[in-house]
Amino acid sequence: MRVLPSGTRGLLLELDSLEEVLERYAALADADLPVLDLVPAGRTILLVGDRDVDLDDLRRRVEQVGPGEHVAGEAAPLELPVRYDGEDLGEAAELLGWSTDELVRRHLAAEWTVAFCGFAPGFGYLVPDGEEWDVPRRSSPRTKVPARSLALAGGFTGVYPRESPGGWQLVGHTEVDVFDPDRDPPALLVPGLRVTFVEAS
Amino acid sequence: MTTSLRVVEPGPLTTVQDFGRPGRAALGIGRSGACDRGAHRLANALVGNHPTLATLEVTLGGLSLVADGDVVVATTGARCPGSAPHLAPFVLRAGESFELGMPAAGLRTYVAVRGGVDVEPVLGSRATDVLSGLGPKAVEAGDVLPVGVTGRPLPNVDVAPVPEPTNGPLRLPVLRGPRRDWFDDAAWERLTSQAWTVDSDSNRVGVRLAGEPLARAREGELVSEGMLRGALQVPPSGLPVLFLADHPVTGGYPVIGYVDDEAVDLCAQLRPGQQVTFVAARTDPSDPAAR
Repeated sequence: MRVLPSGTRGLLLELDSLEEVLERYAALADADLPVLDLVPAGRTILLVGDRDVDLDDLRRRVEQVGPGEHVAGEAAPLELPVRYDGEDLGEAAELLGWSTDELVRRHLAAEWTVAFCGFAPGFGYLVPDGEEWDVPRRSSPRTKVPARSLALAGGFTGVYPRESPGGWQLVGHTEVDVFDPDRDPPALLVPGLRVTFVEAS
Repeated sequence: MTTSLRVVEPGPLTTVQDFGRPGRAALGIGRSGACDRGAHRLANALVGNHPTLATLEVTLGGLSLVADGDVVVATTGARCPGSAPHLAPFVLRAGESFELGMPAAGLRTYVAVRGGVDVEPVLGSRATDVLSGLGPKAVEAGDVLPVGVTGRPLPNVDVAPVPEPTNGPLRLPVLRGPRRDWFDDAAWERLTSQAWTVDSDSNRVGVRLAGEPLARAREGELVSEGMLRGALQVPPSGLPVLFLADHPVTGGYPVIGYVDDEAVDLCAQLRPGQQVTFVAARTDPSDPAAR
C-alpha cells in the first residue's frame, strides 16, 4: 500500500488490485477513523478529513488498520430484478464469445459485488465473483442512455441511475430505480454490497 | 405565515448553497455547497444564522429580490454596486427590493437572510450541484424563496472588516499532488513559474486555466480515483483544471498538485481573464525531500 498526498485534507491509498481495495475499504469502514468520506475507486481509496484533520495522525491510524478480509457478509445478496432486453445484448454476447442465452445465464448465475461508485450519484461498478467479463466500451458513446439501463464495460456491470450520456454496452434494464434522492436509502448499490440479478417475471 | 423572498431577476447564475453533502462520496455523490465557504459562513454570521443554513450564491451580480415581510439580510464575497450595503447586516422591509449590480472585482456574492433560505433539502442539503443535478434547480425569475426562522441572537456587528476579492494576480500555495510523478521537474517548474489565465469556460465544477501546457512524463491511462476541491487535474490538453465545489467525485486524469484547502475559497472568486500563479508551499509535507 502506498500513501499518496491529496492536499491539506486528504490522503490517497494506492493498492495493487481491485480485490485489495475491497478488502481495505471494508477494514477502514469498520475502523472508526476520523474522516468525512472514504472513497473507494479502481485502485485507490481516498480518505477525506474535516478542517481540523491531522494528516500525520490519520496516516498512522490507517497504517495500523490491517488489510482486513473481505468476507462475504452473512446477509443474503440484494436481488435486483432485471430484463435482458438491451440494444447491445447481441453485440456484447459476441464480444464475449457467447450466445445471448449464455450471457444471460452467466449474468444471472454470477454473484456480483459493488466495488465502488462514480460517474453519477448511485452508479455502482459491480465485479463478478467468477471469471472476468471483459467487454470494451462502445466505440461511440450514446448521448442518451435511458435510466435503469443494465450495462457492461471494462470488466464491470452497472445500472444507469438516470438518463445520461454513456458508452457502456446496454444488455437490459432493471425494474427498480437504483438511485432515488427521496428514498431511504437513496442508493441501492453501495460499495461492498453483494448483488445477484433475477429475471423479472 | 412564513416570510419569503420573490426573485425579480436571478442574474447570470444564482443558486441556493450551504455546506453541501459531505459523507456520501462513496455513493458517487459529490459534496457541492458554497464555492467560497468562508464568505457563506460570514454571511450567515452577520444575520445571526447557524453556519449550516442556506444562502444564495450569486454569480457576477444581477440578482434582484423583493421581500414580502421584514427580513434581515447581509451580503459577503464579491462586492456588488446597488441598493444594498456590503459586509453589514441591513433590514429589508416588506415590499422593499434590493438589487445587486455587477461586481467590479470577485465573482461570487453570498446573500444571507436571517432564518436561512428554507427550500426543501435533498439528501440533507439545500445546495444545487450543477454537475450531478442534485438539489434545487438554479434560481429563476418569479421564484418565491421561503425564509426560515431562527432563535439565535443577532450579532452585535455593524460591519465585518474582511479582505475583499481583487482583480489582481492571485498567488496560491500549491502542494505536490498524488500524481506529481506523472510529470517531470520541467512540468512542475512550468506549473509554478508561469502566470496562468482564468478561462471563461470556468464554473462551479472548476476553474479552467490557459497558459503553456504541462507535458506528461509518462503515457498510459490512470484508473479513476477520488479527488477533492483544490485538485489541479491535468487533462490531455496539458491545461490544468482547478476543481471547485461541484467537482466530480472521481477523475481519470492525473492530479499534479493541490491548492491548500483554505485557499480554495479565494479561487472561487477568480474571474475570467484574471491571472493566477502557483507557489510551491515552503513546507510541503508531501515532498519527500522535506521528510
